[in-house]
Amino acid sequence: MKVLQPDNLAEALRLLVEPDGTPVPIAGGTDLCVHWPARDLDNTRFLDLSRVAGLSRLTLTHNALEIGARTTYWDLICAADAAKAFPLLAQAARLVGAIQIQTRGTWAGNIANGSPAADGVLAMMVYGASVVLQSVRETREVPLDEFFTGYKQSVRRPDELIVAIRVPRRAYTFEWLAKVGARRAQAISKVGVAMTRSENGWRVAANSVAPHVCRCRTLEAALNAGRTFTSPQEVRSLLSADVAAITDLRSTAEYRERVLSRLIFYRLAELDKPSGHV
Amino acid sequence: MGIGEDRPRVDGLDKLRGAAAYVDDLRVEGVLHGATVRTPAARGRITRIHFDPGIPWNEYVIVDHRDVPGKNHVASIETDQPALVETEFRHKYEPVLLLAHRSPAALRKGVQGVRLEYEPLPAVEDPLAGLTSDRIQHGPDNVFKRIDIRKGDVNAAFARAAHVIEGEYRTGAQEHAYIEPQGMLATSGPDGVTVRGSMQCPYYVLKSLCAALGRSEREVRVIQTATGGAFGGKEDYPSVIAIHAALLALKAGAPVKIIYDRQEDMAATTKRHPSWVRHRTAIDEAGRLIGVEIEVVMDAGAYVTLSPVVLSRGVLHALGPYACENVHIHGEARLTNSPPYGAFRGFGAPQTLFALERHMDAIARRLGLDPAEFRRRNLLRDGDRMATGQVYRDGVDLTRLMDDALEHAAYAQRREEFKRFNASHPYLRRGIAQATFMHGAGFTGSGETMLASEVWVEGHADGTVEVLTANTEMGQGAFTVLAQVAVDTLGVKNEQVKVAVPDTHRVPNSGPTVASRTTMVVGKLVERACLDLAAVVDGVAGRSFSEKIRAWHQAHPGERLVGRAKYKTPPEIHWDDATYQGDAYPCYAWATYVATVEVDLRTYGVQVTDFVASQEVGRVINPTLARGQIQGGVAQAIGWAILENVVLKDGAMANTQFANYIIPTSNDLPPIRVFFEEQPTPYGPGGAKGIGELPMDGPAPAVINAVCDALQTSIHEIPLTPERLMEHLDGADHD
Amino acid sequence: MTDLDLSFTLNGKPVRLHVRPDARLLDVLRYDCGCTGTKEGCGEGECGACTVLLDGLPVNSCLVPAFQVAGRSVETVEAVAPEVTGPLNRTGTAQCGACSPGIVVMTRWLREHPEVLQDATLRQFMSGNLCRCTGYDSVISGVASVLDPKETAGGEGTSA
Repeated sequence: MKVLQPDNLAEALRLLVEPDGTPVPIAGGTDLCVHWPARDLDNTRFLDLSRVAGLSRLTLTHNALEIGARTTYWDLICAADAAKAFPLLAQAARLVGAIQIQTRGTWAGNIANGSPAADGVLAMMVYGASVVLQSVRETREVPLDEFFTGYKQSVRRPDELIVAIRVPRRAYTFEWLAKVGARRAQAISKVGVAMTRSENGWRVAANSVAPHVCRCRTLEAALNAGRTFTSPQEVRSLLSADVAAITDLRSTAEYRERVLSRLIFYRLAELDKPSGHV
Repeated sequence: MGIGEDRPRVDGLDKLRGAAAYVDDLRVEGVLHGATVRTPAARGRITRIHFDPGIPWNEYVIVDHRDVPGKNHVASIETDQPALVETEFRHKYEPVLLLAHRSPAALRKGVQGVRLEYEPLPAVEDPLAGLTSDRIQHGPDNVFKRIDIRKGDVNAAFARAAHVIEGEYRTGAQEHAYIEPQGMLATSGPDGVTVRGSMQCPYYVLKSLCAALGRSEREVRVIQTATGGAFGGKEDYPSVIAIHAALLALKAGAPVKIIYDRQEDMAATTKRHPSWVRHRTAIDEAGRLIGVEIEVVMDAGAYVTLSPVVLSRGVLHALGPYACENVHIHGEARLTNSPPYGAFRGFGAPQTLFALERHMDAIARRLGLDPAEFRRRNLLRDGDRMATGQVYRDGVDLTRLMDDALEHAAYAQRREEFKRFNASHPYLRRGIAQATFMHGAGFTGSGETMLASEVWVEGHADGTVEVLTANTEMGQGAFTVLAQVAVDTLGVKNEQVKVAVPDTHRVPNSGPTVASRTTMVVGKLVERACLDLAAVVDGVAGRSFSEKIRAWHQAHPGERLVGRAKYKTPPEIHWDDATYQGDAYPCYAWATYVATVEVDLRTYGVQVTDFVASQEVGRVINPTLARGQIQGGVAQAIGWAILENVVLKDGAMANTQFANYIIPTSNDLPPIRVFFEEQPTPYGPGGAKGIGELPMDGPAPAVINAVCDALQTSIHEIPLTPERLMEHLDGADHD
Repeated sequence: MTDLDLSFTLNGKPVRLHVRPDARLLDVLRYDCGCTGTKEGCGEGECGACTVLLDGLPVNSCLVPAFQVAGRSVETVEAVAPEVTGPLNRTGTAQCGACSPGIVVMTRWLREHPEVLQDATLRQFMSGNLCRCTGYDSVISGVASVLDPKETAGGEGTSA
């Protein structure tokens, strides 16, 4: 095992193209270090981002929130303005794990790790976030909903680093996120959903129901067309075009898809009846 | 003072400061790390062991079954479980080879570098499935133990019943999930072998070490280190690790430490027995139980281990606190090719009481009675005979105990309130329900008589008193409680009494730390040993007990001043192991627990929103510790009921991580409201009964009954995960 | 693998060590620094028994590679004042004690940062520290009594 510890971004990007092979970037370590001693790390090279200057920023401007490559969930929870501007980010940050995880886990790591259960990705996706990728050659910005290509697969090339996440500021008339884990605190998502509505229309994203966190575009289109629902089953039949849940150690495909549609149905029903139970 | 004093636990500050020494905290010069190579399948025959030629094996100490100097078995009730597999194996993760190395990293490589080739054999997965001859591995039919309890004429009762109601109930395995994983440190020297580690029962470990090493008790020494939770999980399995560490240490000629990580601990060590229980109940016109048939099957796993006694406690609690004159209870512990299921707080009783208390609610619904009213008509009253013929003479008014608990939980008001709420809410449903139950304290039947436990209390020359028992502090507060008993009996100050660390070369065999027996049985022996000590110094001059001890030592230089007590069966207690008739336990703790739940029909999740735990426990020795025992047991049982799902693959646990085996966090539980009723028993010190296991028995049926109340349905299986509730509602008639 | 030359501040004092490059902060604390108060319960960041403060923030030390600790400040249970452990002991917060060091470190941190509770209940705040013994009531009442010494032992919702 070898650790590369650059102190500036240019050096970090250069190390990614060294001929010895591509190192694994590591920031908060909350995914990479799980059962760390049981891993065979002899031939692994890590690119430690913890000393790279300027990666922990959290900049809220009139137009956007910019999240740095090493910005943690806790950083956002503590940044009152950002948390207020993007309440689903704050909510996701609190749901992602206990405080001991929030202080270490990073937004960029949540994307880079590519887990289909990622809670941070869910919130960022319904806010229309984009991922800023940088290499020694170029800098490019990819919409988060086009970033993933499969289970733990993405458009990020080995020489690229996620250097920032840009979340545009829009006026939202609806923002909602729900996570169902095996218990109320610090549980990996069995199914999660987030929805926003702005002048650009509805955005719906779900986690743990597909190989990666995904948008539910069929449902979005129906909502944008003004469709209303009289049963969870109607929501589910639309979602079947958007998601493909699996059965694993944590839950079943049937449970995931059914609960997803029920969460959405009842939340939309509450919208129609503002005086009802919320 | 002493008994009844709310004294902070004696081991508390060291634990909070991080100063208490657990086995992995011990620093030993030249220590090697040990690890285990395990079987990869449920059943088979090893044909070849392949060592990766890329690994420098000469750096490793390697032990297999040929290195066992004594008997290659883990001595328990039977001797069928090998310490190390020879050829045939009966479950996944069974130990085959042991490796030791100075470097933990090299050790891991070594374990990965061994490949076992094997020929698979047909395995038993389901204890209820029909057997083929090629799956028989024990006796004629794979049944480890059968127990039959009969009273009255069951057939006649069913013939004249107004109602006959049946039900089948299942409970799942449960992982102990103590926070400190298991571990042992073994050293060998000219004086013999010493093993230190995390354990409940030093003398069990000693017995199995002596058998496997072929050595006498003088040549083997077992010392308990601070133990980070056990709950039954460190009752029998520590013997396995102790043997392994000792074998490596003997071969290496160096100290060896085996510390399981969480995944290995969950994969290889014991769990609560999964159970299947069938009830068939005859009820008369007045709503009274007139005939009861109960059939119990426990999945024992691959070896006998403690299953016969788990089954025994299970069937002895199967009729709970109810009176019925015609009873037939039949129980079997059956082999499957799973790692052996073992002791877990409650020891069989939570399984049978889940079935019983769920069934009582199901009957009440069928009869159109309030479940509390149905219980009122059937609870034991003084003079009634229990299933084994034991006469109920505790003098506890069980109806009043139940009604008080319902009052604390605002049962009647909430039932009305929830009816209205459930009729109006789109997806939330609320329910409230109870379980009424008991737990027998101490070993079952003649167990205590056979143990013949012994306790010493020594007066030292400096005027202090030391309580010497083999009973371990594993978090339950034994050291504090036993010290309080001594303080109370001798009338000395708290700081003048200390409780010895269990060390088989220093303390007498006062029996294992199990079965809710430490406070009651061992505490009573401490009381008697203190009186024995007091009698010795009775005539000695001195203003205080301490002064008397010092004066005695001055008069008897070099001698030991020891008060002793040995268990004697109370003359009024009778038990017959052959017929299963008599006093199954000297006394019982009694309880009614009331759970309030909210079910979310969007997610099928169950949240316990209020919990009342009301019990009669004899005398409370330390209120904060006693309350902590109840709350902790309730939390574990709520986990068992709705969260904790052991996923089996090839008969063994597959979800061996805290990320995938879900125990409750602080945010998943409501405050657990504890109420004590105290009616002193003659069998415990100051009147105390055992309480450690009681709180494990009631919460699961109370919570599931409350879910059934909320959804107006009947659920028969736990853990009630959201996925299982969803499936249930799909298939249920919402009667 | 070549050793890692590691310097950091531990409980206010500088330390300098050679450790394996793949060591975790937890291993360094326990096996190189002798701070065995910090416990390993799961090795996957779930149980919180290994909680320490890293530059003043609570982290699971089993998920922190040692190489990220160079030049930083680490505080463990061994540095916690009696004002924290005393009240916790009186409410029965510790039973088996394996989760206690993590709970003590979180309590100390909360005492220094009470503002954290503005948007979280104590039960939410403590949800990263699994305890299998207490059912959490005595943990919650213990933490409450550290934050407000007037709070009586026994605390939340219990009666006897």
